[in-house]
Amino acid sequence: MHKQTREPLVHIVKRDSLPWYRAWAIRAVAIVLALLLCAIVTTLCTGENPLQVYATILRGAVGTRRKVWILLQDLAILLCISLAVTPAFKMRFWNIGAEGQTLAGALASAACMLLLGDRLPNGVLLALICLAGIAAGAIWGVIPAVFKARWNTNETLFTLMMNYVAAQIVAYYVIVWESPKGSGNVGIINPTTEAGWFPQIGGNKYLLSVLVAAALTIFVYFYLNYSKHGYEIAVVGESERTARYVGIKVERVVIRTMLLSGALCGLAGVLLVAGTNHTINSTLAGGQGFTAVMVSWLAKFNPIAMIFTSLLLVFMSRGASEVSTVFGLNQSFSSILTGIIIFFIIGCEFFISYKLSFRKSGRKEGDAANA
Amino acid sequence: MLDLVSFIPRAVVQGIPLLYGSTGETITEKSGNLNLGIAGIMYVGAICGVIGSFLYEQAVPAAEMVGVLAVGIPLLSCLAGSLLMGLLYCFLTVTLRANQNVTGLALTTFGVGFGNFFGGSLIKLSGSEVPSIALSATNGYFARKLPFASKLGWFGKIFLSYGFLAYLAVIIALVAAYVLKRTRTGLHLRAVGENPNTADAAGIDVKKYKYLATCIGSMIAGLGGLYYVMDYASGVWSNDAFGDRGWLAIALVIFTIWKPNWGVLSSFLFGGLYILYIFLPTGTDLAVKELYKMLPYVVTIIVLVITSMRNKRENQPPASLGLAYFREER
Repeated sequence: MHKQTREPLVHIVKRDSLPWYRAWAIRAVAIVLALLLCAIVTTLCTGENPLQVYATILRGAVGTRRKVWILLQDLAILLCISLAVTPAFKMRFWNIGAEGQTLAGALASAACMLLLGDRLPNGVLLALICLAGIAAGAIWGVIPAVFKARWNTNETLFTLMMNYVAAQIVAYYVIVWESPKGSGNVGIINPTTEAGWFPQIGGNKYLLSVLVAAALTIFVYFYLNYSKHGYEIAVVGESERTARYVGIKVERVVIRTMLLSGALCGLAGVLLVAGTNHTINSTLAGGQGFTAVMVSWLAKFNPIAMIFTSLLLVFMSRGASEVSTVFGLNQSFSSILTGIIIFFIIGCEFFISYKLSFRKSGRKEGDAANA
Repeated sequence: MLDLVSFIPRAVVQGIPLLYGSTGETITEKSGNLNLGIAGIMYVGAICGVIGSFLYEQAVPAAEMVGVLAVGIPLLSCLAGSLLMGLLYCFLTVTLRANQNVTGLALTTFGVGFGNFFGGSLIKLSGSEVPSIALSATNGYFARKLPFASKLGWFGKIFLSYGFLAYLAVIIALVAAYVLKRTRTGLHLRAVGENPNTADAAGIDVKKYKYLATCIGSMIAGLGGLYYVMDYASGVWSNDAFGDRGWLAIALVIFTIWKPNWGVLSSFLFGGLYILYIFLPTGTDLAVKELYKMLPYVVTIIVLVITSMRNKRENQPPASLGLAYFREER
């Protein structure tokens, strides 16, 4: 008895490793395809010529000097949070609680501004704001890490829940600090004295965030690639057993890395509150904690590449929000476009790691079975 | 004192969307897929139902509407929309082997955006002249109650005062629990989630189970969105009104330690915790109400920590949860 087996039409082969330029070429193709699909969707929704739509996106993102600065500011904050979650991800610790850690940092710095605003010299106050914000973010980040290290509690779900706990604590303080009473928001903190506001560099409110983000990018790049800590993180991420075998204390690395990750998120919160917004509410982080996960992963945890991935997402979201304003659509249009682009980039990673080989068409199926 | 006769029905209607979401997510997670896109899928399910019934209500005057179509069209479009989202998730994570967390988050971004976009622009896009999306006729069909329910006093209020989707949610949860626990299909599904290598070696089609479980789970979750907008919100769509219920549904999965039958009562408990702040006497202190709102999340964290500390084998997440399966990398 001979059972006929058919060779499948397609089978998947793992690639050795692609040269970097071919990998990036595949990604570029994916982005172009995504942009094409975005154009089709936009045209269907607005009835406009796609070129017109792209012109609007471009104008919305970098049309004026002011818009460029807002783009840079958004980019800086998103980049900060993405850099913050990266060490944890490299360790395979899925910290999707960046939202909560940023809020914790923001809350601590807002508290310093409100409560100590007029009692301390501004220099001391600024230092205190930074310290408090960073410490609050670090504490918020380290709580799930301690449980992960000690009892192996699922960190994805734990950090996710911590987001909402943080959001509600902020909502609580927003009502406690309401001004004017009954308005439901805090309003600008210390509007006259400007106590606890970061100084503007060269008269530009956004430059500081950009500089901090640039410094952080370099720091995280060197920390991950050239420090002993970074090496330990990589080993723990690749194989926990190997790490234990070579004598790395995995628990200590987990806790230390999450302290850092939370602290950097806290710093982003400080930048938002003391640097630009000078107020606080529970949607301050605006979903960027989740976007950061995607930015970091799309960049393959490479801090330099993260500049480009976060730029792409911020650019599209600023541009799409202009499209929705101009064509009278809902602001959420940008989330749809962002979603499409991310789906394409996620999908294209497959073609970088694997190769499809098709069944040879000339051969008969019976031959394949007999061969 | 808490007025139970008015509190319980409100807790239940809050709990039903969560029950749908958590039943769907439990089935999905049992196959080893951690679908964080459930929040987005529920939005898509809701808005697809809304689009379907909006077009139907626009096309046909309220007097001529047929009950079967008025319920069937939104139901089918909701199922179709959430099925597509589930397929997209499966295609990316199972076929293209992408990271599940990232795909799920992207799905949520996309789904919430999709819901809010069409919710906010549907009127403009369809060129109709109504001020807001209020599907009162459709709502009438979805929220129809048993005619004698109101005559039964407190019993009727607590047990019989809901639309048919609420009872469907309980039935689906119980059926899901039965299938997972007692049937061969359920056994295979759990095997895929616990250890896909072994399941594959035993001749179970891992991909097929992952696809099926995730798509069915998505469709069930989508119904939660439909229930919310058609019944709970009286057919009125408002952007972001659904809020973070999708995440709460994921929390509920942990809370019920992956048992859909536990989900029935737990979802009502969660629904109760979600609105407890309205019923607790806090006087004029509005701020404290915000702290009560974090109760469901805090409770979830406590359950998560306790189950991991006790480390009982039957209470753990599926062992391969969140990991993609590559046959070639065994």
